Amino acid sequence: MTVEVAPEIPWRRLSRRMLFVHPVHELLRFLPLIVIFVVFGRGDVSNAPYGLIAAAAAVLLGVMRWLTTEYRVTPDQVQIRSGLLERKISSVARDRVRAVDVTARVMHRLLGLAVVTIGTGRQAGQNDDALRLDGLTVEETARLRGELLDRTAGEEAAAPATPGQVLARWRTSWVRYGPFSFSGFVTLGVLAGGAAQGLNELGPVDTDDVHLPHVVEQLADLGIGAVVTVAAIALVLAATMLATAGYFIAHFRFTLSREANGTLHVSRGLLTTRATTLEERRLRGVELDLPLPLRLVRGARLTAIATGADAGATALLLPPAPAAEARETAVRVLGDDTPVTGALREHPPAAIRRRWTRALGPAAVLVAATLVAGAAGVVSWPLAAAVAAVLLASGAALALDRIRALGHAIAGRWLVAQSGSIRRTRAILERDGVIGVNVRSSYFQRRAGVCTFTATTAGGREGYAVLDVDEATAIGLAEETVPGLLTPFLRA
Amino acid sequence: MIVMAVLMSTGVPDWARVAGIAAVTVGAIAFVVVMPRWRYAVHRWEATDEAVYTQTGWFDQERRIAPITRIQTVDSARGPLEQLFGLSTVTVTTASAKGPLRIAGLDVATADGLVDALTAAAQASAGDAT
Repeated sequence: MTVEVAPEIPWRRLSRRMLFVHPVHELLRFLPLIVIFVVFGRGDVSNAPYGLIAAAAAVLLGVMRWLTTEYRVTPDQVQIRSGLLERKISSVARDRVRAVDVTARVMHRLLGLAVVTIGTGRQAGQNDDALRLDGLTVEETARLRGELLDRTAGEEAAAPATPGQVLARWRTSWVRYGPFSFSGFVTLGVLAGGAAQGLNELGPVDTDDVHLPHVVEQLADLGIGAVVTVAAIALVLAATMLATAGYFIAHFRFTLSREANGTLHVSRGLLTTRATTLEERRLRGVELDLPLPLRLVRGARLTAIATGADAGATALLLPPAPAAEARETAVRVLGDDTPVTGALREHPPAAIRRRWTRALGPAAVLVAATLVAGAAGVVSWPLAAAVAAVLLASGAALALDRIRALGHAIAGRWLVAQSGSIRRTRAILERDGVIGVNVRSSYFQRRAGVCTFTATTAGGREGYAVLDVDEATAIGLAEETVPGLLTPFLRA
Repeated sequence: MIVMAVLMSTGVPDWARVAGIAAVTVGAIAFVVVMPRWRYAVHRWEATDEAVYTQTGWFDQERRIAPITRIQTVDSARGPLEQLFGLSTVTVTTASAKGPLRIAGLDVATADGLVDALTAAAQASAGDAT
């Protein structure tokens, strides 16, 4: 990219308060280690100096980063200059800016600072850090966001806090949906990993010193079944508590609003606050997530399909909440209710057969294995029969649920694709945002006379699939999403 | 590989070892004979003024279509084997990570011509291809 020399526009710096934030963050990172040393007064002390040196180096790097990072907004570009030894200027055309994400962790909030991440249309994973400004004051953040996304107001700094139209607002009762996502177990896993690493830092444990606490010994007397049950209950309880707390921390005071300058604005967070601004012109659709656990309690979440916002946290339009609320929010965002609540076209009988074979096939293999084990006397007959029955029943339930989900539609400006059971989604993708078509068919699909139609797009999950439709339907869908695309390839 | 490792381990009777190796060899030969022909029979590509089309795969087959107006980059690459046989691979990408079209095994002249034509066509179209 060419960098225009525009000397009249001065470079701006990150906030000076960052000089304070970096050292404290580094100290906090090493806090667990320090606590372990102080409280336990033991461990492999020889590692400690390296840890401290690393901390000091990190602090120094933070200071260097503040000294070397500058940014400015020229009439047509945003430029960020950084690096000490290797000077680097990242510039991006202002009309390529699709989203602005403002995050403030606790330290940042105390000092009135925020991290600004600029989302562009470039493909995910491509050098994203280049467009991150860690440490701007809140006033400057608002100004920058206005400059980047407010094209209607011209060059003047946008008047902040133009009241927008609120599309969805936090209710404390939503917290009950927190435990019904997989996030609790994920958090638990991360914590377990962290704890294991912390224990490693202590050095090898002398096993002779370790006495099993009384409780564990008593548990061991109860037999393996009781131990597993107790462990499972404890795990579920811990995951539930963590998920609830996590939900509260991440989504507290969630607000989705439509601003006067043509953007969608999301703000949320208890400790770390996060504000995402998406250019609505770049919104390619929404996705309604209805994973099985959430569906059992009539919940759903909503994400945006938009360039500049990956499928992760930036794209969230509604955290797990009542499904009705999620649908209403989708309607408000899209301005049309047919793609959200409208009926879907059915898939051919082959698609339904394939749901049965795909769900029951693996179940049948497991059932056969169980029965063989029963016959060989590895497990008792009643147990084997019970396991087999449960496997078959859950396979059938899965197939039925997937069959019920399967459907697609062309509704107004949108292509709608719904499928899945454990992880059911209803993707609503703007036909105008479809930039290509993939038609995939496995050997078995070809024998059944069906194929999977995928509409690719820039943003979100990048591609949205309509499972198991017949060839004619796939061609029809391609014609309806991208008119004229197939005409030169169709034989008369 | 795993099968081979199991077969080579001790404790496997000789007849089973021979049978196993024979089965793996027959399978490998069948694969080498069948797969490339099957692939070659499936593979198709076409570029018109409006779109690029590819058809690839063998057991699993995939057809991809991208409108010219949505093309972002056109690359050609030649691996060592391709250089030996005078071939080239053209990759057409769109703004979606799920959308790149790969046309493998073109002769160099065709590939270069295709790259030039597509680049020109993509540049001529307006918009930012998202």
